[in-house]
Amino acid sequence: MKGFEYYAPETLDAAVEILARYGEGAYPVAGGTDLIPKMRYGHVAPQAVVNLKRIPGLNRITSLENGGLHVGALVTLTQLSREALVRERYPVVAHIAGKMASAQVRNLATVGGNLCNAAPSADLAPPLIALDAEALIVGPEGERRVPLEHFFTGPGATVLGPGELLTAVLLPPPQPHTRAMYIKHAHREALDIAIVGVAALVRLAPGTATCQGARIVLGAVAPTPIRAREAEALLEGAPLTEEHIAEAGRLAAQAARPIDDVRGSAWYRRKMVDVLTRRAIAGTRGEGGDLT
Amino acid sequence: MKQLVSLQVNGERHELYVPVHKTLLEVLREELGLTGTKHGCELGECGACTVLVDGEPILSCLTLPVEVQGRDITTVEGLASQGVPHPLQVAFAELNAAQCGYCTPGMLMSAKALLDRTPDPSPDEVREALAGNLCRCTGYVKIVEAVRLAARRQQGDLGTVVDEIERALNEGVVREPGA
Ligand SMILES: Cc1cc2nc3c(=O)[nH]c(=O)nc-3n(C[C@H](O)[C@H](O)[C@H](O)COP(=O)(O)OP(=O)(O)OC[C@H]3O[C@@H](n4cnc5c(N)ncnc54)[C@H](O)[C@@H]3O)c2cc1C
Ligand code: FES
Ligand code: FES
Repeated sequence: MKGFEYYAPETLDAAVEILARYGEGAYPVAGGTDLIPKMRYGHVAPQAVVNLKRIPGLNRITSLENGGLHVGALVTLTQLSREALVRERYPVVAHIAGKMASAQVRNLATVGGNLCNAAPSADLAPPLIALDAEALIVGPEGERRVPLEHFFTGPGATVLGPGELLTAVLLPPPQPHTRAMYIKHAHREALDIAIVGVAALVRLAPGTATCQGARIVLGAVAPTPIRAREAEALLEGAPLTEEHIAEAGRLAAQAARPIDDVRGSAWYRRKMVDVLTRRAIAGTRGEGGDLT
Repeated sequence: MKQLVSLQVNGERHELYVPVHKTLLEVLREELGLTGTKHGCELGECGACTVLVDGEPILSCLTLPVEVQGRDITTVEGLASQGVPHPLQVAFAELNAAQCGYCTPGMLMSAKALLDRTPDPSPDEVREALAGNLCRCTGYVKIVEAVRLAARRQQGDLGTVVDEIERALNEGVVREPGA
């Protein structure tokens, strides 16, 4: 690993100032589980590394007045998986957070790092997008909010400009009659990156099997996590029948733009989007699968 | 760029002047001579470098020493107390849960963190806690048994190796040859 200037600012303002001063040459570090291996491989050689862990308050999970949740960017995957507020309100998020990587990595890895690293396979992205989460960003120009769906701009790229930091993820209050499921498809459960990830969220009209609102979000099958909007539109207002679910699977597979790589071929990934979308939607009705 | 760091390792304080880009793994091994913590992939994938920080397992190959200043770091060298091996170490030795031994320090540290949180883990809980520690030799069965034997002994149940093997047979964790 090459040398670098190391900073551990104790305020957000100081962090923003240092990052803005160095521009492209500075990298924030949170858990380091993505950044340190990249520095080791020589994929990146930062001039300056800015540790965010000394900034107070960024590692907290707090309830919002509207019933939603404020998840600080420095919250670790371990915290996210154990926090009662997350487990009760957004079990789909707590569940995957507790399954990612390994215990040792989860103790280091953060929510912000997972999102800012912007791997197309990042496991937190599909469930958080399905929940209509927003990114809270602070930079030299002040604070702004961006729907997480629009946060990613390409593999490893986000809307964050020079000097900008992700400070939190904001989750809207949980909706009644709504269930979500995320299925990660990988060679092994631990220590593995998704070949395909599919999140489905379905809100049913009370007392019926008619879908009032749906989100289908795909990971690892496009340059960024994407919503399968045609599949969502088909489900909305329709009864959740086998035919509709099958059609939603086909539409989701059409929305995918997968590539061939070491983990799987584009052909296989597209097939698996179809299969996993159907399973995830059915899973939200409590039929089989690992419902969260 | 070098930096003065103050590390608390196995209860001892060390003031060191180290390059900021050296990982905790490198500093433990090369500066403090604590070579029990093993150097594997250096990419976060094998768990050989696992140490405890404030009781929680982390990977020393992905950690910069400056980030863990003032926190309580435990390596495998700190597992025995006053020359008496930790029950995990005894159980690993008795059950041959170490073959080449390269993964063992990391396994022991992950297992210690598990037992401190979950004193009587199920085989699945052990497997989940050790999922980030790869072993190329044992096939893991002996390791899971050793962790459970240590757990029972720590709880005052003085299980013997024979008990443990019988229990493993009963639970179907292992099978008798030909059965
Ligand atoms: C063995 C192993 C297994 C893994 N398994 C999984 C898995 O199952 N699923 C998965 O999705 N990922 C996995 N990962 C990837 C990684 O652990 C996660 O993406 C993790 O959440 C990254 O968080 P971090 O805090 O370690 O990020 P860091 O490495 O600290 O940062 C990652 C990137 O984001 C930037 N950054 C960090 N925080 C901020 C912020 N607040 N604002 C702006 N920029 C920021 C950094 O500059 C860097 O470019 C794995 C990694 C390893 C090593
Ligand atoms: S050496 Fe740290 S995980 Fe392999
Ligand atoms: S005993 Fe050899 S790697 Fe585990």
